[in-house]
Amino acid sequence: MTDDLKTLMDAATPAPNAQRRAENMEQAQKIFLRAQGTRFGKRPTDKRGPMARLTEGAKSMLNVLSHRGALTVTTAIAAVALVAILPQAWNQTQNPTFLPSEKRVESQNLTTASDRESELSHAIPQGGLAKPVIEAPVIVEESISEQSAAPALKKRAVSSEADGSSGLGIAAGALFDEARSIAPAPVPSDLSIAPEANTEAFANADTNPLKVTVEDPVSTFSIDVDTASYSIIRSSLMRGHLPAKDAVRVEEMVNYFPYKYPAPEGDRPFRPTIAVTPTPWNDGTQLVHIGIQGALPEIEGRPPLNLVFLIDTSGSMQNADKLPLLKQSFRLLLSELRPEDQVSIVTYAGSAGQVLEPTAASERSKILTALDRLEAGGSTAGQAGLQQAYQVAESMALEGEANRVILATDGDFNVGLSDPEALKDFIAGKRDSGTFLSVLGFGRGNLDDATMQALAQNGNGQAAYIDTLGEARKVLVDQLTGALFPIANDVKIQVEFNPAQIAEYRLIGYETRALRREDFSNDKVDAGDIGAGHSVTAIYEVTPVGSDAIRNGPLRYAEQAVSEGEDEIGYFKLRYKLPGTTESQLIEEPIRQGQGQMTTDVQFSYAIAGFGQLLRGGDYLGSWSYEDAIALANSAKGEDPFGYRAEAVTLMRLAETLAE
Amino acid sequence: MRMTTSDEDLAKAAAKGDADAFASLLARHYDRIFRLAFRLSGRADQAEDLTQDICAALPAKIAGFRAQAKFTTWLYRVVVNAAEDARRRQASHSRAALGWGDVEQMRRAEAAETAEAVDWLQRAMRSLPQELQDTLALTLEDEMTHAQAAEVLGLSEGTVSWRMSDIRKRLRALREEELKQ
Repeated sequence: MTDDLKTLMDAATPAPNAQRRAENMEQAQKIFLRAQGTRFGKRPTDKRGPMARLTEGAKSMLNVLSHRGALTVTTAIAAVALVAILPQAWNQTQNPTFLPSEKRVESQNLTTASDRESELSHAIPQGGLAKPVIEAPVIVEESISEQSAAPALKKRAVSSEADGSSGLGIAAGALFDEARSIAPAPVPSDLSIAPEANTEAFANADTNPLKVTVEDPVSTFSIDVDTASYSIIRSSLMRGHLPAKDAVRVEEMVNYFPYKYPAPEGDRPFRPTIAVTPTPWNDGTQLVHIGIQGALPEIEGRPPLNLVFLIDTSGSMQNADKLPLLKQSFRLLLSELRPEDQVSIVTYAGSAGQVLEPTAASERSKILTALDRLEAGGSTAGQAGLQQAYQVAESMALEGEANRVILATDGDFNVGLSDPEALKDFIAGKRDSGTFLSVLGFGRGNLDDATMQALAQNGNGQAAYIDTLGEARKVLVDQLTGALFPIANDVKIQVEFNPAQIAEYRLIGYETRALRREDFSNDKVDAGDIGAGHSVTAIYEVTPVGSDAIRNGPLRYAEQAVSEGEDEIGYFKLRYKLPGTTESQLIEEPIRQGQGQMTTDVQFSYAIAGFGQLLRGGDYLGSWSYEDAIALANSAKGEDPFGYRAEAVTLMRLAETLAE
Repeated sequence: MRMTTSDEDLAKAAAKGDADAFASLLARHYDRIFRLAFRLSGRADQAEDLTQDICAALPAKIAGFRAQAKFTTWLYRVVVNAAEDARRRQASHSRAALGWGDVEQMRRAEAAETAEAVDWLQRAMRSLPQELQDTLALTLEDEMTHAQAAEVLGLSEGTVSWRMSDIRKRLRALREEELKQ
C-alpha cells in the first residue's frame, strides 16, 4: 500500500518553480554571508548606543524615501517602523553577536518569529503598509548603507515606480517582493560592508609557459619539498568546492607523496634518477621525469633535537580544526622524541609568553600539561613571539644539536608585523646562525599561505598544512627525520635542452621557485632544502623536433640549431650544499632519449601532475580529463602502505564531480 | 563512479561559516525541501512559499547544526516545524480540526474543480488529520524508514508504525467509499 502511495505521490509532486528556486537560493546565500559577517565583527557606526542606532536608521530611511519622492508615505512608515523595531532590534543592539536562532530549541524557532510577527500584524492597520512594517527590523539594520536599503524600500513602499534599478534591486530578491508568511530569520543584516568570508592568501604565479628551446634553452629552479598545497586542495575538495587556482602548486602536490626512487650510494646525500617517457596527455610530446631521492641517515645516530613550539593562541585559533588539532598533533610528535631531546613552548597572542621552559622530552607529563593549558584568545602578534622563540632556541643550543622553531598558526600575522621583508631577513639571519624554522598551517578561513611559504623558505624549513590528524601523523611522525634534519641545503636544478632534439619544453609546476639562470652558480642565492629521506620530483614536458605537437611555428630568420651530442636531449645539473658549508657541489649528467624506466612511482607522479594541471585549468592537457587521471592513478597505486594514493583518487573523483 | 562530500561534512563546514559549503548543500537539497513541503501542505503554491521561508531561515539555523543527527533528518525536522508554524499562522487552515464528515463535504466541493487521477491522493492526504499527514509525507520520502520518520517527528517508532496502519485503514475506507459511488 505504501508503495502504491509512493508512486502516486511521486506522480503528484510537481517540480519546484525554477525561477523561485534560483531566487530563494540566492537570497539564502546573501543571508548566510551577512550572518557570517556579524558573527566575526560588527560594522562600524558613527553613533553609539541602541537609541542612536534606531534614530539613525529611521533618519536614513527618511532620506532614502525622500530621494525617491515618496514623501507621502514616509512619515507613516517611519512612525510604525519605529514601533515595530523595538522588540527585535533591542536584542540585537544590546548584544550585537546575539543570534536568536542559536539560542532556541529547533521547534520553537520559527514559531517565536512568527508569533512576534502576528502580534505585529494585529497591532497595525492592514493593507499596503503592513508589508514594509513586518520587515522594518531588517531595513533598520541595513540602513547604514543607503545604497542597499534604497532598492529594498523602493520595491515595496514605492511600488508604482517602475524603473527597477536592476543591479541593486536584486538584493531585495524574492523575499521582499511580497510580504512573506514567516518573517525572515532574524539575522542582523550587514550589506554595507559585504563581508569577505574568506581572507586566505595564496602564493602562486602564472603557469610556466611553453618555451622554445632555440630561444631559451636553459631552465633553472629551486627544489621545493613543501606539501601544503596538496593539503589545502584536499581540504577544499572535501568541503565540496574546487580549490582556488592559485592554491594549486603542482610540484607540491607531486611531492606530497612518498616515492621510492633509487637510494644514493656512498657519501652522496642524494641521487637523481631521470626517465624520459611518453606523455599521458599528449602523444606528440614526452615527459622528462627527474626524481631525487635523499639519503636516510641512521635514525639511531641522529643528534639531539631542540624544538621550540611557537604556537598561535589568538582568538581565531579556537576552532576544532585549529588549536585542538594542533594539541593532538604535538602529542603525536612528542611520542617520537627521545629522552635527550628538549622541548619548549612559546605562545603569541597579544603578548608573547613562554609557556613551557626548555624541558627534556622524557618529562612527558609536564609537557602535556603545558600543552593542555593552552587556550585561544586575544589578537596575534607574530613577530614578538617569533623573536622570543628564537631566543629560547638559542639558549637551548649546544654544539652539534639541531635547533628548530616550529611555528603553528592559522595564518594570523596581522598585529606586530609591520614589515614582512624585515621579518624574512630576521628569519634568514637566524637560519644562518643555525636555527631553522618550520611552519605548520592549521584551519581554513584566514590561512595566509603566502606568508607561511615565505617564512619557511627563508628559515630552511618545510611549510605544511595540517587539516587532519592523519596529516599531522604524516608530517610530524612519519617524516619527522626528514622535516627536522636537512641533509642538503640550497638545492638548485638547471636543465639545458638540446635544440637539435627538443623544439619546445615546459616545466610543470615550480612557478614560485624559478631562479635566474646566473643564480644557479651563485652560492649566495638561497634555494630549497632536502631533508633526510625526502624525495623530490620535477617533470618537464618536452616536444621533440619534428613532432606534430609543436605549438610555435619555426622562425624564418632563425639560425639552424647545431647538433652536439647525438642522442642527448638535454643536460641536467644540480647544485647543493652540505649542511653547514657555504660552497656548493655539482652533480651533472646528460639526459638521453628513452632512458630510465616507467615505474609505478613515475606513473603516479604523472597522474598527480595531470590532476594539478586540471585544477589549474589544464591549458596544455587537450582533452585529457579527470577520468584519465583517475585511471592512470589507479593503475599506479603500487603498495601505498599509508593509503595516500587511494586518497588522491578520491580527491580526483570529488574534483571531477565538482568541475562539471 | 561519482563521489561527493557527505551532507554532514558540508553542513559542519557551513555551520562554521563556509559559504561555498552552504551553497552546495542548499543546491543539493532544495528539491527535497520543496518536495516535502508539498507533501506536507498539499498545494504547490504553499509549498513554494514554505520553501522560500525555509531558505531564508536556514542560514541562521545551520549554525546550530552539530552533526548529532543525519543532515537529512535534521533538515526534515526543520521543514516539518516550518510547515507546522505556517499552518498555525493560517487562520483559514481549519481542515485539520474538522471531522471526517465535514472533510467529505469539502472533498465533494473540490471534486468539481479537479478531476485528475493524482488528485485523489492530494484530497486523501488533506482528508487525514494533520499528524497523520505529516507522518505519511515523511514516510513517502526516499529512503525514509519508520525509525527515521519517528526521529524527525520526535515520536517513538511504534507510534509511527501505528499511524501508518491507521492511514492505510482510512485511505482504504475512503477509496472504497468512492468506488461505491
